[in-house]
Amino acid sequence: MSMQQPFEHTVTAHGPTVLRVVRAVLGPGPDADDAWAETFLAALRAWPDLPADTNVQAWLVRVAHRKAIDVTRGARRRAQPTDILPERPATTGLPDSAEPDLWAAVAALPERQRLSLAYHYLGGLRHTETAELIGGSPEAVRRAAADGIRALRRTYAPEGAPR
Amino acid sequence: MNDTHAPDRALLDQLAPATDLAGLHRLLELRAEQEGLLDVSYRTIDSPLGSLLLAATPTGLVRVAFDREGFDTVLASLATRLGPRVLRAPARLDDAARQLDEYFAGTRTAFDLPLDRALSTGFRGQVHTYLPQIAYGHTASYGQVAAAVGNPGAVRAVGSACATNPLPVVVPCHRVLRSDGSLGGYLGGAKAKTTLLALEHAA
Repeated sequence: MSMQQPFEHTVTAHGPTVLRVVRAVLGPGPDADDAWAETFLAALRAWPDLPADTNVQAWLVRVAHRKAIDVTRGARRRAQPTDILPERPATTGLPDSAEPDLWAAVAALPERQRLSLAYHYLGGLRHTETAELIGGSPEAVRRAAADGIRALRRTYAPEGAPR
Repeated sequence: MNDTHAPDRALLDQLAPATDLAGLHRLLELRAEQEGLLDVSYRTIDSPLGSLLLAATPTGLVRVAFDREGFDTVLASLATRLGPRVLRAPARLDDAARQLDEYFAGTRTAFDLPLDRALSTGFRGQVHTYLPQIAYGHTASYGQVAAAVGNPGAVRAVGSACATNPLPVVVPCHRVLRSDGSLGGYLGGAKAKTTLLALEHAA
C-alpha cells in the first residue's frame, strides 16, 4: 500500500520541522531555503511510491540531511579559491527570522553538537537514527545533543524562560 | 500542553515563522510546476456561493467543489483517483479564478477554459458534455436533457448525473430543473442553485 494522502498535507504538517532542521544545520538564509525546497521536491518525486506506513517526518529529516550536504558541496564548488577565509554570513541578516540571537548561538556550537541537536530536538529523530546519519555511536550523539542544549541555555534563553 | 512546554512551542514557531514558510511554499509551487511533478494543483476562491475549491490537472480544470462537500474530503478523493501529488498551487488556476469572478460579477456568460473530464465517465459523461449547450439564462428539464442525449427514458439517470457533476457552475447543471419547474437537487444546496439562476436572469 503506497501513499495516497494529498502531498499538501505533508508540507503543512512537516514544513516547519524541516525548516528548523535545515536552518540549524546551515544557518538561516538562502542555503537553508534551497535545502528546504530540494527536500520537498525530492519528497514530491518519491511520494506515490512511498509505503503508506512510512514515518514521514523521520524520512523527511533524513532527506533534508542529504540535501543540506548537497547544498554545502554546491556552495563550495561555486566559491572562488582564496587565501582568506570568507567571513561567515551574518545570521542576523534574515529579515523574517524572529530569533537572530538564537540562530547565532546555534551557529556557534561545535558541528557535532549542532547536528545532534538539530536532528534529535528539532527533527525528532532518535539518537540511534542520528548516529546512522552523522556517524559515531548513539551514546556519543546523545551526549553531543545534551552538551549542545546545555551550551545553548548558557548563551541564550528567551526572556522570562527558566535557564 | 503545560506551562513548562508552552514557551518551547512559541519558540519553535518563531524558528520557522509562517511568513517564511509561505514564501518557501511559493518556491515549491514554482519548481514543482516547472518540473511537471504535480498530479493536481488547487486553490480556493471566495464567491457569492461561499468558498469554492478549484482543482486542475495538466490537462485542465478537473473539479469545482462547494464548501459543504468538505475540501479535505474532496482533495483526498482527488488524490486517490488522479494521483497523490496534490499541491496548493494557485498559478495554474489563475485563468479559472478570473473567469469565475467575471461570471459572478455578471460580465461573463460562457466559460472558455480547458477542462479535464477524467471524473465524468459513461452516461454521466455524456450528460456533462451536453450541459454547456443550455445557454446562459435558459433552463431545461431533466427529461429534455435525457432526450437531448438520445435516451429519453433516462430521466433519473440525468438527475444523478447532474448531482455528481464534478465541475458545477462551469458546467451548468444548475440550469436543469424538474419538468414542473421546481428546483430539483443541487450539490451546492438549493440556495446556491437559486442564487445562480437569479444571477443569470438578472443579467
